[in-house]
Amino acid sequence: MVYNPLQRKQIEEVKMSRFAVVLLVMLLPLQASAVTAKDIMKRSQAAFLYPGRDFKARVVMKLIDKSGRERIRELTMLRKNYGAPGGEQKYFIYFFRPADVKGMTFMVYKYPEKDDDRWLYVPAIDMVRRIAARDKRSSFVGSDFTYEDISGRDIEDDNHELLREEPLDGRDCFVIRSTPKGEDGDYLYRLSWIEKGSFLPLKEEYYDLKGQLHRVFTADEVKEIEGFPTVTERTMRNVRSGHRTEVRFVTVDYDIGIKDSLFSERFLRRPPKKWIR
Amino acid sequence: MKKTWVLMAVLSLLSGPLYGADLSLNGFLQANYSYSVTRSNPDGGDLKWAEERLQLRLDLSGEALRLFSKTDLYYDHIQEEADPEFRELYLDYTAEVFDLRAGRQVITWGLGDLLFINDVFPKDYEAFFSGRPLEYLKKGVDGLKVGIYPGPVSMEVVVIPFFEPSNFPDARRFWLYDPMPMVAEREEEEPSSSIDNTELAVRVYGDLAGFDTSLYLYRGFFRQPSMMPRSPSGVTLFYPELSVYGVSLQGRAFDGILSLEAGYYDSRQDRDGSDPVVPNSQTRFLVGYQRQLREDLTAAVQYYAEYMHRYGAYEGHLPAGLPKDRRLSQLVSLRLTQLLMHQTLRLSFFSFWSPSEGDYLINPEVRYSFTDSVWAAAGAVIFGGGEAWSRFGQLDEDDNLYIQLRYEF
Repeated sequence: MVYNPLQRKQIEEVKMSRFAVVLLVMLLPLQASAVTAKDIMKRSQAAFLYPGRDFKARVVMKLIDKSGRERIRELTMLRKNYGAPGGEQKYFIYFFRPADVKGMTFMVYKYPEKDDDRWLYVPAIDMVRRIAARDKRSSFVGSDFTYEDISGRDIEDDNHELLREEPLDGRDCFVIRSTPKGEDGDYLYRLSWIEKGSFLPLKEEYYDLKGQLHRVFTADEVKEIEGFPTVTERTMRNVRSGHRTEVRFVTVDYDIGIKDSLFSERFLRRPPKKWIR
Repeated sequence: MKKTWVLMAVLSLLSGPLYGADLSLNGFLQANYSYSVTRSNPDGGDLKWAEERLQLRLDLSGEALRLFSKTDLYYDHIQEEADPEFRELYLDYTAEVFDLRAGRQVITWGLGDLLFINDVFPKDYEAFFSGRPLEYLKKGVDGLKVGIYPGPVSMEVVVIPFFEPSNFPDARRFWLYDPMPMVAEREEEEPSSSIDNTELAVRVYGDLAGFDTSLYLYRGFFRQPSMMPRSPSGVTLFYPELSVYGVSLQGRAFDGILSLEAGYYDSRQDRDGSDPVVPNSQTRFLVGYQRQLREDLTAAVQYYAEYMHRYGAYEGHLPAGLPKDRRLSQLVSLRLTQLLMHQTLRLSFFSFWSPSEGDYLINPEVRYSFTDSVWAAAGAVIFGGGEAWSRFGQLDEDDNLYIQLRYEF
């Protein structure tokens, strides 16, 4: 092999420039979008799914098919946070309607990095059962919302990218694309319109694995309740089937002092009147 | 029936403090028919079940006190009679670290799906075999339940002064194996209500490394009668003394839910196993695993076994001509549930199969909710295999198709 100093210098230059390009590619999105996008999603998660130390809502869900036929689900939902936003939460749900599930209670321990624990109580036979909860993308009580839509998705499960900033119905929003990191998702990516002031998602679009628009979430009414901006009316629309679910929070309360003991088999079997009312 | 009226009177006296509490009234109208498809019933009829039923659930809730009643009124086309049925009637009292439930109540313990080890409370197997809704598999008990919740470990104590047997298929409607077909005189003897005969069931439970863990203790009676010859032409059906000591664990494992349950059945009247009339002591255990295969599709499998202790003594004392139970009797179950159309259509498949006896039960069902208040279910209960005396084998000619229609309000 003949030694050629010029050649060597050229090689080093090429190496250097490659390094620089790699460095730039790594730094650019980090600086311009990734960090801030993730930050925005974290703040949005805190505002949307973790406000208050605890929370109670009387919820009416309307499941509406494309011919307009309605089915109603009415429930009381109680939530308590354990630790910082993004951390563990416990949910307690009591069903009022439809009549065949009245008195049923449902309890979820939600963990950020592993599967939920879920329990269901069936009053007709006084039975408490754990429910297999592997798939957080399953429909919640037959609605267009999944369990994950209700209790949230781990920020770390997606790559987040700030696409642009634009107004939505006159309110300034960040538009963020979140792409699942793993193979677990049933969608390719979702777009979120996060309002700059409240950090609440005003709209979300879910694109299926073929890149077609599948589901659309809209926050239809936002009210400030006890100091927390709250989405009190929301809709999830399945664009493919024409089915949609409208959810209304009839009453909302924050920081009502829910005790840890509520989230137990005792109260699953005997839901305390003062909490479910 | 008398018992029920006494209970009602006591509860109505106690309900004074409930004045001003929230009242809710719910219930349903139900039609439920089941048709024998393999062969007409022993009494010549073709219907295993045929009734219309109204259920009223009254709930009167105060802060600490609650009165609940569940009363059914039904018309039975097979017996051609109408009757009320007081399925539940109790008073609840809730305090900070304990609560009480007094009256007729349904209690479900243990983890099995249609298999019961530590659920020592009465069942109605006829209801299940005739295609009635699942809730009718459970019968209430008249007693007192006390819950104690001092901290991470909780406790339930159930005291039952009035014995309630399980209900088995009626020999007029079901072809059943009868070990003594010639014996016409049958006298049933239930344990009388006395301090000594008061049943006691205790469950201590809590979380153990992420598993819901329970310990159980029961002192009472078998709920399935044994037959004791009384005279050459008569037998007495009686309920031998039983104690059960058990444990169960349930938690997340292998991407699903794992259930483990075991119980030692201490047959107190036949500890040495030599009495052919009284069941021997047994160890029963169960392993269950449930998993969501994909959205709205769940599969659950169970392995269940009964191991007979003192088998040699049992074999040595078994009268000639009676079928011999196995030392290890096993059962495997599979349940598949698929929800469709926004969970308004449910397809389910349930089966038992015994690897030791070879008999089986198959129960496929379709259920659809037409509206939020009207649903219908149709299904089949199919039995077969094994021997003429095995658990499901004896019901070989009792296959039936059923329909359930319900309007809920």
